[in-house]
Amino acid sequence: MLLVDNRALNSWEKFKDSDIYFSFIKSPTAIVSSIILLIIFFCSFFVEFVTPHNPFDPASLSLMEAFTPPSWTEDGMAKFILGTDGQGRDMLSTILYGSRISLIVGFSAIIFSLILGVSLGLTAGYFGGKYEMIVMRLTDVQLTVPSILMALLVDGIARGIISREMHDEMAIYVLIFAIGISEWPQFARVSRAATLVEKNKDYVSASSIIGVSNLLIMFKHILPNIMRPVLVIGTIGLALAIIAESTLSFLGVGVPPTTPSLGTLIRLGNDFLFSGEWWITFFPAIFLVILAFSINLLGDWMRDTLNPRLKK
Amino acid sequence: MTFLKISNLSVDYKMRKETVNAAKNINIDIKKGEIVGLVGESGSGKSTVANAIVNLIDEPGKVSSGSILMGETNISENPETIVQYRGKKIGLIFQDPQTSLNPILTIGEQLIETIQTHLNLSSEDAKNKAINLLKEVGIKDAEKRFYNYPHQFSGGMRQRVVISLALCCEPELLIADEPTTALDVSIQSQILELIKRLTKERNLAVILITHDMGVIAETTDRVAVMKNGDLVEIGLTKQILVEPKEKYTKSLVSSVPPTNKKISRFTIIEKENVNKNNNIKILNRWSKKIIVDQNLIEIKNLSKSFDDSFFTENTKNSVMAVDDVSLNIKEGQSFGLVGESGSGKTTIAKMVVNLFKPSSGDIYFDSVNITKINKNKDLLKFRKQIQMIFQDPFSSLNGRLKVKEIIAEPIRLHNPDIKSGDLDSYIHDLLESVELTQQSAIRYPHEFSGGQRQRISIARALATQPRLLVCDEPTSALDVSIQAQILNLLKDLQEQLNLTILFISHDLPVVRQMCEKIAVLKDGKLCEVSETEELFKNPKHNYTKELLKLMPKIESIYN
Amino acid sequence: MLVVSFVSFSLFNFVGDPINNMVGEETSDEERAELRETLGLTDPIHIQFSRFVVNASKGEFGISYQLRRPVSELIIERLPATIELVLISALIALVSGTLLGVYTGINRKGFLSDFILAVSLLGVSLPTFVIGILFIYLFAVILGVLPSFGRGEVIDIGFWTTGLLTVSGLKAIILPSVTLSLFQMTYIIRLVRAEMMEILQTDYIKFARARGISEKSINYKHALKNGLIPVITIAGINIGTLVAFSIITETVFQWPGMGFLFIQAVQFVDIPIMSAYLVFIAFVFVMINFIVDILYYFIDPRIRVKGDVTSG
Repeated sequence: MLLVDNRALNSWEKFKDSDIYFSFIKSPTAIVSSIILLIIFFCSFFVEFVTPHNPFDPASLSLMEAFTPPSWTEDGMAKFILGTDGQGRDMLSTILYGSRISLIVGFSAIIFSLILGVSLGLTAGYFGGKYEMIVMRLTDVQLTVPSILMALLVDGIARGIISREMHDEMAIYVLIFAIGISEWPQFARVSRAATLVEKNKDYVSASSIIGVSNLLIMFKHILPNIMRPVLVIGTIGLALAIIAESTLSFLGVGVPPTTPSLGTLIRLGNDFLFSGEWWITFFPAIFLVILAFSINLLGDWMRDTLNPRLKK
Repeated sequence: MTFLKISNLSVDYKMRKETVNAAKNINIDIKKGEIVGLVGESGSGKSTVANAIVNLIDEPGKVSSGSILMGETNISENPETIVQYRGKKIGLIFQDPQTSLNPILTIGEQLIETIQTHLNLSSEDAKNKAINLLKEVGIKDAEKRFYNYPHQFSGGMRQRVVISLALCCEPELLIADEPTTALDVSIQSQILELIKRLTKERNLAVILITHDMGVIAETTDRVAVMKNGDLVEIGLTKQILVEPKEKYTKSLVSSVPPTNKKISRFTIIEKENVNKNNNIKILNRWSKKIIVDQNLIEIKNLSKSFDDSFFTENTKNSVMAVDDVSLNIKEGQSFGLVGESGSGKTTIAKMVVNLFKPSSGDIYFDSVNITKINKNKDLLKFRKQIQMIFQDPFSSLNGRLKVKEIIAEPIRLHNPDIKSGDLDSYIHDLLESVELTQQSAIRYPHEFSGGQRQRISIARALATQPRLLVCDEPTSALDVSIQAQILNLLKDLQEQLNLTILFISHDLPVVRQMCEKIAVLKDGKLCEVSETEELFKNPKHNYTKELLKLMPKIESIYN
Repeated sequence: MLVVSFVSFSLFNFVGDPINNMVGEETSDEERAELRETLGLTDPIHIQFSRFVVNASKGEFGISYQLRRPVSELIIERLPATIELVLISALIALVSGTLLGVYTGINRKGFLSDFILAVSLLGVSLPTFVIGILFIYLFAVILGVLPSFGRGEVIDIGFWTTGLLTVSGLKAIILPSVTLSLFQMTYIIRLVRAEMMEILQTDYIKFARARGISEKSINYKHALKNGLIPVITIAGINIGTLVAFSIITETVFQWPGMGFLFIQAVQFVDIPIMSAYLVFIAFVFVMINFIVDILYYFIDPRIRVKGDVTSG
């Protein structure tokens, strides 16, 4: 057995030895998509240092430069690689600023729903009984209400409660809450199902026989064991959250145009589609698709790798 | 006259790091009308051989060489041939009848489809044939049952349906892969009888794959012993079991708990762990209790019902898992609790260790009623003294923690002031007491084999220095040679640490070797409690008599 | 389910002051009070609520704050457009999703399967509105073969107006319905494929192979039937999701359906329309759940036939 090999492997060597690493190395899609994602994350979060223009600085804007097509076309200008929009803002910079907003909203929403969903699912699965029934009923109901509708409702309610001036400021938080609240049932269901499996394993019984408290059993023993499926759902959920954010912004109920996200940009550009200024909507849309596609590719690879039942 | 001739069969699994030779140059001949057993421990390649015959090896396995002749035809040459032979000339039976049948088709539909695939019969004729077949395998009311779905049959009945499906086109070869492993002893003997009868009546050639030497002894004419993909030896069953030539076969036979006598220790020929250390290291830490002649555990009128009205509409159907059971366990005794699945033996264990509260009745530990303790603090005092070892070594250890952390948890919990140096040396002592190296401490459970994991489990249980050790089928998931080692270890520990053991098992020979006193359970009710030798020699209750009669006996080969 | 929807109306009923949203800043206080009186907003809360429930059951949802027309009238006018769009999309999504899913599940390797899978992953990454915009640009702006907005000519048959009987109506529904179905279709492909792959690895499939049952029968009789069971649930949720996503499609294509109405209502905090839309959604979900339960009963014998296990 492995005991013959007495050399203790350090964690990096162990990781290199693992199936996950092996499957990552063997999967070009996983490598390419994670490189793309790294680039996007880097450029979006350090956008100030990456882009030559600050599209939100009115001083640097010139309406003369509005509707400049991409640089490789006839009327293009070298300093605006992807052209400019109706206010003369550089598209590339605007997109990166927009993607930062989209990523912040997406990540925050998914972390919010992950924490909410996992804690509800974990406790429901562990304690069972009436509490579990109520939680699961709630997720069923929530699950049948499509996320986009849920987010619209939350937004509608928020608009009713918060005054219009406040709303623009609060919009981003409302949006995070709205998307987060619509995604948690996935996490609750997955973590409950996984908890039910883990709960019946003997190591949990062994811990209770030793006298370990319920709280410690749940968070020290069960939680690390259910994280794999949760992370897979989380990755795919991130793509969904980013899409949901841009959809809401596209519908005009998301972030306000003053701090545009990718969805807002597409909506603003959509008005110019028929007059021939295709780049204003096309580039943010393509960027959004590449972002979501890369995340999904990575999530898909993770699901296949981490799910032993579906191994080819 | 040889009917099936397997020559030089090799099967390779190409894995990422190495190629595993699941079967290496296997040669087996089988005649009509004989049952050939294929025996071996897990990973020996016995199922691989069976699957290779019908070309149903899972990816990434491949037959790399060899030929399989059936009559005059080489069936391994052309994949098309074997597809036609499946079901028609070769019938297969798998281990688990629960999952072998398609849940959404009636058994009739499945039978008729199989029959019409191979035989040119009208639907009416196929149906008649199917019903006759169901009758033949012992299904009552076959005309009515024909229209039932698999979930309407019990496990044993389902396996009969599976057999009827395997035989419905009158194959000449039957391959049974662990056909009774998922079944209780009483059902097992019925299914084995059925296979024996059909072999004679239909002049079948049968390959019976099993890990159970008792089944081999009682059922097969010849036996092939396999280990790590090699055919160790093949011969008449009696010859192999009584006078094994190879060392491996000898160790295998000697590891099997005898059913007819009690032995003090199992002779271990091949060891999993080399460093043997009879001196149990934790002894000097152990506050050893002197055994007094008193009952450590008293169970009085214990009942437990699982009220499943919460999940189904059927409110009347609350299942009595344990029904009015009373028994006493003396300090220092090892007490056996025996029964088939659903007899309530595990439920009793879980009530003793306080995982479930009983519906009614009391459990006294050292004269204190532990079922009435509600405060966690008070309970902790008893938790320390009662520990448990579980059946499945793969689920009883948290895979995310190192062995060190797993064993440290109970120590820290019950002795929060322990210094870290002392803790480490305590953990090392515990590991050595269960015959594991100190280096094991920094590893994760998945780096260990089943037997080694079970040792870690034992070390964890001993960490709180318990007086009572509840062992719930501690060896039933292990290979027989590993089982022997673990049973030896438990015996040693008990002797040196003055432990009281509640040993739960479905395996009568094992219980005979381990226990001084035995209680037999059936459907939650206690049948009888006797001293072990008394129970085996003069069983009083009818159920006990039946169990003893039906259990497969390796000694039957002498008769 | 109905209870849930009622809870949300009551929420809406107490949210915000609709008057503020309805009238301009210069409206006098008297005018506001008068309007309040006409709309019945001065009555105590419980009277408003019970009136709402009673009216809702009669199909009366009051008067739209924004459009000043009875909501029931608006709904009846818009309902057929949405239902036609959703049903056609559901048909496209379910039929092609299941077919492609089964194909990729059975033929796990091969160029076509890989291609379908890659496209399906791209499909999950494409937000509906982006697909819509791309379609409009491609088919309406560049090629000019299909209309980009509206329902085309409709025929009024009593209580129903249909666009399915005129050439322009049919042409008009192609783009929105394909757009709407694409996301769901890719989702169903992936689900069916995963389901088929898992079932093809079960013991009973292996046993069927060992009995010499033909591959055709194994794939289409044994595996497919089992594989379709979870698809039914998904199809149910799917139709619900389509209804929700029709909001986006209707906005992009300016399809005169209920979703378009709703999104305008959210922007103007037009509570009667929002609550009416909710009742509609709740009704759809209840119906779908009911139908799914019935279908389960017929397809899964484990539900139909109680397991009276007899041993003998």
